[in-house]
Order: sequence, then C-alpha cells, then structure tokens
Amino acid sequence: MVEPVLRIAGLCKSFGNLIATDDLHLDIGQGEIHAIIGPNGAGKTTLIAQLSGELRSDRGQVSFAGRDITRLSVPARSALGLARSFQITSIFPNFTALDNVALAVQAHAGHSFRFWRPAHLDPALRQPAAEVLERIGLDSRAHEQAANLSHGEQRQLEIAMALATRPSLLLLDEPTAGMGREESAQMVTLLQSLKGRLTIVLIEHDMDAVFALADQITVLVYGRAIATGRPHEIRASAAVRAAYLGTENADA
Amino acid sequence: MNRRQLWLSLITLGMFALVPPLTEIIDQPFYVDMMARVMILAIAAVSLDVILGYGGMVSFGHAAYMGIGAYSVGILSYYGIDNGFIQFPLAMAASAFIGLAFGAMSLRTSGVYFIMITLAFAQMLYFLGISLEEFGGDDGMSSMRSEFAGAIDLNSPIQFYYLVFAVLAMVLFMMHRLVKSRFGMVLQAARSNEKRLQAVGFPTYRYKLVAFTIAGTICGLAGALFANLNEFVSPDVMHWTHSGEIMVMVIMGGIGTLIGPVLGATAFLLLEEYLPEWMELLMTNAGEHWAIVMGPILIAIVLFGRGGIHALFARKGSGHG
Repeated sequence: MVEPVLRIAGLCKSFGNLIATDDLHLDIGQGEIHAIIGPNGAGKTTLIAQLSGELRSDRGQVSFAGRDITRLSVPARSALGLARSFQITSIFPNFTALDNVALAVQAHAGHSFRFWRPAHLDPALRQPAAEVLERIGLDSRAHEQAANLSHGEQRQLEIAMALATRPSLLLLDEPTAGMGREESAQMVTLLQSLKGRLTIVLIEHDMDAVFALADQITVLVYGRAIATGRPHEIRASAAVRAAYLGTENADA
Repeated sequence: MNRRQLWLSLITLGMFALVPPLTEIIDQPFYVDMMARVMILAIAAVSLDVILGYGGMVSFGHAAYMGIGAYSVGILSYYGIDNGFIQFPLAMAASAFIGLAFGAMSLRTSGVYFIMITLAFAQMLYFLGISLEEFGGDDGMSSMRSEFAGAIDLNSPIQFYYLVFAVLAMVLFMMHRLVKSRFGMVLQAARSNEKRLQAVGFPTYRYKLVAFTIAGTICGLAGALFANLNEFVSPDVMHWTHSGEIMVMVIMGGIGTLIGPVLGATAFLLLEEYLPEWMELLMTNAGEHWAIVMGPILIAIVLFGRGGIHALFARKGSGHG
C-alpha cells in the first residue's frame, strides 16, 4: 500500500468531561476525497481544528506527507501545504474578493516584511489570485468588497483562498453550509473538478454531496470512527444505519 | 487612498506649512509654538493609529514611547550630550527596544487583557520616571535643545516648526506606503480576522510585533521633538491620561486613516486651548470647568460621528486608507 498523505494515530481531545476525539486512527490516501460524517456533536469540527493545528491534541499523532506535524502551529502547517476552509464563513470582509485571494497568495510568496511597494500593484500576487478566482468562477466579482458578496459567493471565496495557498491537502468544513440546492450543486461540481489533483478531507451534512464526491467515508460518533469504507459499504453497514443514517432527518 | 483623501492630506499639510507666515502677518508668534505642539502630538497619534486603526491593537499605553523619546533627549542633555544626531537616533532606538519588549509580552494577550497590560507597562514607566530623583523625579527636569552641528537651530521657533513639519510629512508618507505594502495588507487583515490570517499561512504574532515596534519608534521620535519644544521633560508625558488623549485624537480625527489623527490632534489641542477662553466669555470662572463641555463633544463624536472629522471631508474613504 502507498504511504498515506495524512495519518492520524491515536488522536484524543477532550473538553472537561466531554470527549470530542476518542483514540482516532485514520489513514487518508493521496488524491482521495475522504468524507467524515456523523451526527452533530460527533467531533467533526474539533477534528478539523486538530488537523489544522488550531487545537492542541491531548494525545496521539498527526503525520502529513510522512512528517510528524502534531506540534506544528497553524501557519507552519499551512506552509507545508495544508489548507482549510471554515464552517462559519471566514474571510476579510473589508477587502475585495481579489485582495482576499491575493493575501493567501502572499502568505506563500516569501516573508511579508516588505514595507514599501504597494501590494495591490504587484503582479506576482494579483495574477495568481485572479487565476484562482477565474477557476472558481468568481472573476466577475473580483473587485467587489467581500462583505457585499452573497453567502454562496463567500463560500466560494473561502475555497478560493484555500486553493491560492497551493495546498496538497484541503480540509473542508461543511463547504455547502447554508447554501441553497443550486449553489450546493455548483460547489459539488467545483470540488469534483479538484478531485485527483489534491487530497481532500470533507466534513459535510449534505448526504447528496457526500455520496457524489467521496472515495472514502468515515463515520464519526462521539469522537470515534465506527466505520470507514467506500460509499456503498457505508450505505450497507448496519452499524452506520443505526448510529447515523437512520437519524439523518432528525439531525438535519 | 482615493482622490479626496489625497487632497485632504495635501490641504491639511499645506495649511500647516502656512502657519508661520500667517502668524507673522497677524503678529501672534505664540501660534507657531502652539501648532508645533499640535504636529508633534499628530505624529504620536498617527503612529498609534497604525497599530490601533489599521492593526486593531488597542494599545492604551502609547504615551510611554513619547516619554522614552523625551527622556532620552533629556537624560543625554543632562550628561552634556546635546548633539541631535546622537540624541534622535538614540531616542528612537530606545523606544524601539522598549516597544519590542513590551509588545513581545503584550501581544501574547488580546482584547481587554491587551488593553490592560499595555496600560500597566506605561504606568510602570510613569512611576519609574517619578522615582528617578537624579532626573527630577515627579518635578521633571529641564533639557537643553538639541544641536544639529549648525544645520538647524532649534532655538529658532520657525526652524523648529519646519523641522517638526518635515518629520510629520515624512512620517505620513512612509506610513502611507507601509499600510499599502505587503506588510500593511497583513496588518489590516490581522485586524479583521486573525484566525483566518493564520489559517492562510501567516505567523501573525511577529507581524503584529513589528508593527507595534514601528509605532513605538515613531512615537519616540515625537517624544524627542516634545522635549525640544518644552525644553523640559517630566513623567506627566507618560501618564495614562496622556495615552488616553492620544487615543481620543485618533478617534476624533478618524480611526484607520492617516490624515485623520492629524486632524484629530489639531481639533483636540485647539479645543483644549480655547474652550476655556470661550466658556469664560459666557460666564466668569466657567473656563476651569472646560472638561464639562469637552466630554460631551467627545461622546457625540463617538456616538454620531463615525469616522470622525476625516469622514466629514472624505466620505467613502475607509478601509484601505
């Protein structure tokens, strides 16, 4: 078997008495879209926070491309090629869409202790940013203030910023959160176009999106992975049905 | 910066440039010193706004760096070193060093804790100043004017005025470049969403620390000028109320802009100077209670005048300054 891009070994995190991540083991292979599903409170967002470095893990290890990153900071992980999007839209509202993406490009274009030349005239930042916006379908809105973009466009901008850092691993926390049916479908198409080029860990409540995109699915319940497998295996699993799919409506 | 902001900045600086000839005409040389003082506080306010307005760091101890700059000049002068070419760089270096040290500790906190710790550090220096009997304690000490090897004579009010003017103009131009540079983009982004900034790959702490140090350095330069203006240095310059006043100048003038704090410093100091006189005209002895009027003016500006004086002249000009 090929070395996994991301290896999660014995990862734990608790908040007081609440166990959010409970001895989690998971291998995520190169180029795959690995969906993590589970009822609310299963610890999905906590896991993303642990993987991105925002939360310190109590125990366990995270390796990325063969390197132990358990103790690395958020920016250090970003520098290695790990990018994330946020469940609750997180952008720079008073920058334009293009400025938002250009800043993400800038983060990976050497240090930013450059005090004199105007950043918005720098083609080394603007051009790659414009390309990402075009790829994501936001080019017509490039000069709009991010705060004025629609919710769906802001979600796209989230992804654009993550992509602009040229990641090899993308952590997506509910990219379709709060989207209508049509916007969701667009997001799925967008993510499909990324398939194979980078590895994606996807947290998602929209099961249509999950089954359309995922190569592998892990079901998380109370911080434990109760099943991992291909979509059809997960659909067929009795344990998963009992724990999750059966209560999908109640959860949505 | 849009066109209106550029014009506003040029007109403001133009008016400052015209102060000495105008005071000549109306034969009121007093105003030259008065406006030099305004410009020195304006430099301090601009430096605060770089971290407060652009970087979102609510430093409540900014007057400390003015104190460091002023005491650097005063102490060197006490030991007979009056050479400005030594005094000014040392004043800035000392402020930079203190800014770096205080910033390194303060920036590990955020929100209210950051405000309190910056305030505490400044008060610490204030009490240090009071306890330094050698340098006058709480009475302060007199300080000779800096000498620049005959190039400029600071004992001439006009020459001193134009030195301060040149420093203000230079600081404004440099900060204008800074806030739009790559560094400036990171600084502004840190204000609106630091978590995102880290996720995208920036180690934000070191950028904020450098900004904090730059602001302290410039404020130290203002302090060195302040010592020269007064020929006197005392711990009062570092008192927390003085930090508060500099912050009020920024908010009055227009937070997150560069010319705003200059307008704010002008308005604040002119009100402080003339409000008592005007009130005296209305009622005898009313002048000493000028703060009763000043307070509501400040509250009104904060409540109703979002964007401060700057917004009156340059609407739709926020964000990228």
